[in-house]
Amino acid sequence: MLNSCKLKIAGLQAWYDSRQVLKGFGMEIRANKITAVIGPSGCGKSTFIRCLNRMHEIVPGARVSGSVLLDEQDIYRANPVEIRRRIGMVFQAPNVFPAMSVFENIAAGLSLNGLRNKQKLREVVEKSLAQVGLLEEIGSFIHLPATGLSSGQLQRVCIARALAVQPEVILMDEPCSALDPIASFHIEELLSELKQQYTIVIVTHNMQQAARISDYTVFLSQGDLIEYGSTPTVFINPRDRRTESYITGRSA
Amino acid sequence: MVGFCGLSTLLISGLLLLVLGYITLHGLPGANLNFFTRLPAPVGMEGGGLAQAVAGSFILIGLACLIGIPWGIGAGIFLSEVGKDSWWGEGVRFAVDVLSGVPSIITGIFVYSILVVKLQSFSALAGGVALGIIMVPLVARNTEGILQLVPQGLREAALALGLPFWKVILKIILPTAARGIGIGVTLAVAGVAGETAPLFFTSLSNNYWSLGLLEPIASLPMEIFRYATAPFAAWHELAWTGALVLITIVVSGMLLARILLPGYNFRR
Repeated sequence: MLNSCKLKIAGLQAWYDSRQVLKGFGMEIRANKITAVIGPSGCGKSTFIRCLNRMHEIVPGARVSGSVLLDEQDIYRANPVEIRRRIGMVFQAPNVFPAMSVFENIAAGLSLNGLRNKQKLREVVEKSLAQVGLLEEIGSFIHLPATGLSSGQLQRVCIARALAVQPEVILMDEPCSALDPIASFHIEELLSELKQQYTIVIVTHNMQQAARISDYTVFLSQGDLIEYGSTPTVFINPRDRRTESYITGRSA
Repeated sequence: MVGFCGLSTLLISGLLLLVLGYITLHGLPGANLNFFTRLPAPVGMEGGGLAQAVAGSFILIGLACLIGIPWGIGAGIFLSEVGKDSWWGEGVRFAVDVLSGVPSIITGIFVYSILVVKLQSFSALAGGVALGIIMVPLVARNTEGILQLVPQGLREAALALGLPFWKVILKIILPTAARGIGIGVTLAVAGVAGETAPLFFTSLSNNYWSLGLLEPIASLPMEIFRYATAPFAAWHELAWTGALVLITIVVSGMLLARILLPGYNFRR
């Protein structure tokens, strides 16, 4: 299974109304690896990962073409709700559901989809909390609303909420950009553990972070894929001049 | 500018206190057990009450809520979540705005022609339907506005968990907005609780104890109108007390909503 392909993307184009954001490219995302998506603001990074679990299309006027295969299955020919259960997402802002306790937040993906078994829910919530290292930290406040947790803890609650649905792939859209360096460090450590079980795609503006945690890096610019390869290659020995200038901070 | 705003604030609070104080001053002396338990006494006799009108108002408001709340909230959800930017949504929004601009007496005549004429009787049902129709646009536009305040990120986070759209709206977005929607409902109730014009054509009034939905039914605004314009001092007192009771019902609804419904701080 090592280095097998989890997501196979071909001819992916995306629009907001008449504005084309992704210009049509393909790539393969490896299973049980962390793939970092880097590129200047507005290059289509977020749109790209939002196309991978059909979140792009929920914006009015948004359109996608091309194909994304999840283990051979074209997600654009499947039920989007089921695809999102298999491909989870963590956002930039830690958006916990305010009307729910920490427990209910993490259980939401399962309980609102009909899982009633209290014992099972409890197990899943505790396992997910343990995975993000929060079980000890907030174990006793689990039935209280999430207000009062730090933003780092909130973001970990959101990751736990995504893990609880037991997805195969986790897409992360700048999950650390609202966090302080210590909280970011916790999340980075967490990702390195999570890749044993999940395939992770992470959008980041932080070059050091991409270099530290990812196995593969893809560099996007103006809606095109410029370079994709193993992270050491892309960072140390990039093939394209644009990649090099972006990474070294000279210009996009 | 600050001075002007401050003055306006003072004036509006003062106005509220003045109205409440004036009504309390005139209404409180008559607010005794008789008012709530007795029917109106014949002219010249002491000690009548407006029990039938208090009960009638509750029934009319209850019927109006049964119609106005689900319909209004449903339309509000549609406007905010489903048809937001579509031409169909724009059409519904326009219809709701027009509906909220229709004078209530017109709604009364409309319900008269479709219900009272058909059933050949004024009735509580007709009154409730008229008040319910008046509530719908108020509840709908408020619900839409409150739902728009819920950050889009919450909807995305919920959808990304693989939850179907309707569960996201019903189980996550609506509970988050419950307080604002509830307070909006109490404002709409306050709006219709004092409506008199449409009741002339629908529920009319009743001097006797009657809770039948197909019978004419008394209500506080109708009785206030009748008693306040009569030439008897004892009736004027009943009208004042009726006004006090009506305003108490409305205000306690608003307070209850504010106390009971939990509010949340959204992270934007």
